Amino acid sequence: MVTSQDIREILATNEVLAPVAEQIGDDDSLFDRGLDSFGSVQLMLALEERFGIEFPDEFLTRKSFASIAAIRETVATVLHPQAA
Amino acid sequence: MSTLAQRAQRAATIAALHADAVDRDGRFPLEAVTALKAERLLGLQIPSQLGGEGAGLREIADLCCTLGQACSSAAMVFAMHHIKVASLVAHGLDSAWHCHLMERIAQEQLLVASSTTEAGIGGDLRTSFCAVETTGGVFALGKDASVISYGTQADLILATARRHPEAAGSDQVLVALFADQVSLERKSVWDTLGMRGTCSDGFRLEARDIPVEQILPKPFAEIAAQSMLASSHLLWSSVWFGIANSAVDRARTFVQAEARRQPGQVPPTALRLAEVSNALQAMRAAIVSALRRYEDAQGDVDTIGSIGFSVIMNNLKTTASEMAVDIVQRALSIVGLAGYKNGTPFSLGRPLRDVLSAPLMIGNDRILANTAKLLLVQKGGGQLMSA
Repeated sequence: MVTSQDIREILATNEVLAPVAEQIGDDDSLFDRGLDSFGSVQLMLALEERFGIEFPDEFLTRKSFASIAAIRETVATVLHPQAA
Repeated sequence: MSTLAQRAQRAATIAALHADAVDRDGRFPLEAVTALKAERLLGLQIPSQLGGEGAGLREIADLCCTLGQACSSAAMVFAMHHIKVASLVAHGLDSAWHCHLMERIAQEQLLVASSTTEAGIGGDLRTSFCAVETTGGVFALGKDASVISYGTQADLILATARRHPEAAGSDQVLVALFADQVSLERKSVWDTLGMRGTCSDGFRLEARDIPVEQILPKPFAEIAAQSMLASSHLLWSSVWFGIANSAVDRARTFVQAEARRQPGQVPPTALRLAEVSNALQAMRAAIVSALRRYEDAQGDVDTIGSIGFSVIMNNLKTTASEMAVDIVQRALSIVGLAGYKNGTPFSLGRPLRDVLSAPLMIGNDRILANTAKLLLVQKGGGQLMSA
């Protein structure tokens, strides 16, 4: 089970989002909070490391990482493909 | 009714007539742009229900190539205009104000310019210092626009700015400003090696009391990712292909004239021509395959926003820009002094100076650095026909 708090902890390690990580709501757009393309790559790498997964290419879209809720769903789908 | 190709060819013929003067004087290709308007080529992409012709990027790319063979500056102005129009068509159909704007562009053949570059930020499209300051139903914007190509000749400028004065640098919007709504104070002059007619001067841009409806509702982040990056790389590459193509045409004519003078022998330059025709074909293939990818992805937000797609478009830009320079230089080595001299049928000075801008316009190192980051997460695989 991936919780929003797990995701928020990873956002707190992201250079761009660290200062605001705790104030980001589940559905807030991370891109509006300043996440850029490099930031999102760093975020993807951190998530892969933290959850021991690899996101397939078709998941590497802006939408999959647009918000905490979206990331939670993306990670859950990769962790438990049959449940998706 | 003429075909699109015929209309483009008529405009290109006029562009070619004035290309040397545009280059020599570093002036706007007015005759060419007037011809583009007369042939009604500025509203092509706009949907037919809004008075345009609903043309796709493939048609525009072909026109960029046609114009690129005649006058690089006119071709680049045409490409930059259509990159902005592509963004309006992709992201403005939900906004009544922007639909009306598109009707006007098609009806009045308005020339659209872009203001993204800003002093202190350089070419980083996705960061702005300046911000929209809204009061009631109107906004003001002041921007140190270090480059606005054909800024004083455009009928409309689409400018990026932060959404509001407290917004993050990347939280941007795209605002539409008519020429009579802005004041442009020239701060620097575009006096360059090539592409001299794009008149990419620097300005202080000031706009006041602009209705908020003129702010495109979609976040600029989406506009950049979904239409601007891909259409820029595709259309610029098509312009460069046009330049390279015309250089190879001159080299071919030169080699064939040599062959006619010495019947029964293959001139030594023919081998170099074979090499350059090989490179030209590879360049064409790279552009066409990327254009197909873009067309196949139309309307699919996830595909266009994906890392794999960004890598393809980035690679197109770096590849096409380097190949174009290489091809024109090879063509020059074939025609020799006749190409080095101005005013001969084989002159290649202007195209060479123009095409040298290709690796620098959005520096290839910047693009490669961006690709390098994306490759940290992209996975491999794929097949010949689908990857």
